Amino acid sequence: MYLTIDGIQKSFVNDRKENVKVLDGINLNVKKGSFVSIVGPSGCGKSTLLYLVAGLDKADSGEIRVDGELVSKPGPERVVVFQEAGLFPWLTVLENVTYGLILKKMPKEEAKAKALDVLKMVHLSKHANSYPHELSGGMKQRVSIARALVMEPDILLMDEPFSALDEQTRMVLHKELLDIWRKTKVTIFFITHNIREAVLLSEEVVVFATRPGRIKEIIPVPTMKDGVTPDSVTLNTEQRILSILQEEIEKVLKEEMGDDYSFKTDHLHRGDSGDMGSHI
Amino acid sequence: MGRILLGFTIAIVVGLILGYFIWRYKLIEDTLGFVVTALQSIPSIVWFPLAIIWFGLNDFSILFIVTIGATWTMTVNATSGFKNVPQLYQRVAKVYGSSGIHFLRTVILPASVPQIISGLRIAWAFSWRALMAGELLGGGGGLGQLLEMGRSLGQMDLVISVMIIIAIIGTIVDNVVFSRLERNVEVKWGIRKRA
Repeated sequence: MYLTIDGIQKSFVNDRKENVKVLDGINLNVKKGSFVSIVGPSGCGKSTLLYLVAGLDKADSGEIRVDGELVSKPGPERVVVFQEAGLFPWLTVLENVTYGLILKKMPKEEAKAKALDVLKMVHLSKHANSYPHELSGGMKQRVSIARALVMEPDILLMDEPFSALDEQTRMVLHKELLDIWRKTKVTIFFITHNIREAVLLSEEVVVFATRPGRIKEIIPVPTMKDGVTPDSVTLNTEQRILSILQEEIEKVLKEEMGDDYSFKTDHLHRGDSGDMGSHI
Repeated sequence: MGRILLGFTIAIVVGLILGYFIWRYKLIEDTLGFVVTALQSIPSIVWFPLAIIWFGLNDFSILFIVTIGATWTMTVNATSGFKNVPQLYQRVAKVYGSSGIHFLRTVILPASVPQIISGLRIAWAFSWRALMAGELLGGGGGLGQLLEMGRSLGQMDLVISVMIIIAIIGTIVDNVVFSRLERNVEVKWGIRKRA
């Protein structure tokens, strides 16, 4: 196994000084070159797990290893694509992409050539000398992906990278991300709350339970040899994940809104306040 | 002119360094940060009597109050600039392996440039005032001295013209140097549209 996550525990102290357990005994193995998604209700700790893998945060116990090596701090071999692009507004697109390379002490010319190659891959070579504010949201996210890819990372960590984009842009970027993944064979660890996105993109979907965050089920997504999955298969997998998640979503809503809330598909709400006139 | 440039430069450097420490270490923020706020509320001319005792009635005293007039505002602005650097930029930089001096130079400093520029602007206004006050009381030539001369000769026309000149120089520097600097940064960052 390439990325191994072993017995991770993590808790935070909240505003009321209570200890809240966010992750409880996470065990996960990811093969090299695979595309794994994590879905779960909001607040289930999936982003926290990604930060732990990135080395931006420390776990209370348990360990994360990449290729046998213990993760202790952030490093260019595990880059993160954040929800917002996070490009530096004072640098041009090209300078943003070469930022990590120059940090790695690569000669300027070489870094530039490499960055231009990657920018071509995300179809942005025309905008190499623009500043980030001149780009649209989708373009910014492409630059951010290019900035990550240019490092030739072992693992690409993506934290809901497309959730701030509109539907059309997202569809285009899904396709491009898959192309890039097939071309570069990079391992992708993808966080999302969008079940369809997870099923469309990845080979394996990890469903998270919430409070505390645990792995509820790991569902492989069947793919055909030619890489095209029939809609029916996608839909079936989606339904399956949704039904697993339903219970978790309900739990979150109950916690937030109290017992008033009842969310069940194909059921009528039979509370006293919801009397539909049966006593007449 | 030499006095204000030197004093201003020292103030900026000291302000940035102090700002860095206040931002970086909680203990310093709790102690020194409080002192800086207190010191900031002292008008720089109030330091003049002390300066005269320490350094005598000379150029050095004027340099001292010019510097001290600008340092504290610069410190306050630098601190808030550093504090307001978005977490996202810091995370991005760390992911790519930036740390230490490199992290400061390539992320913290550029990200707080807008705030630092407005700090420079206020610091400039403060040191310009301090310079005039210093010259008026301390002598050593300059516009303030001219103003004092006008008063003792009873020449109000001289006094008024010097006042106008002071206002003009202050405005020109603000407009030509700082506004332009600010505008350039804003256009580059996309906060403001190119005019």
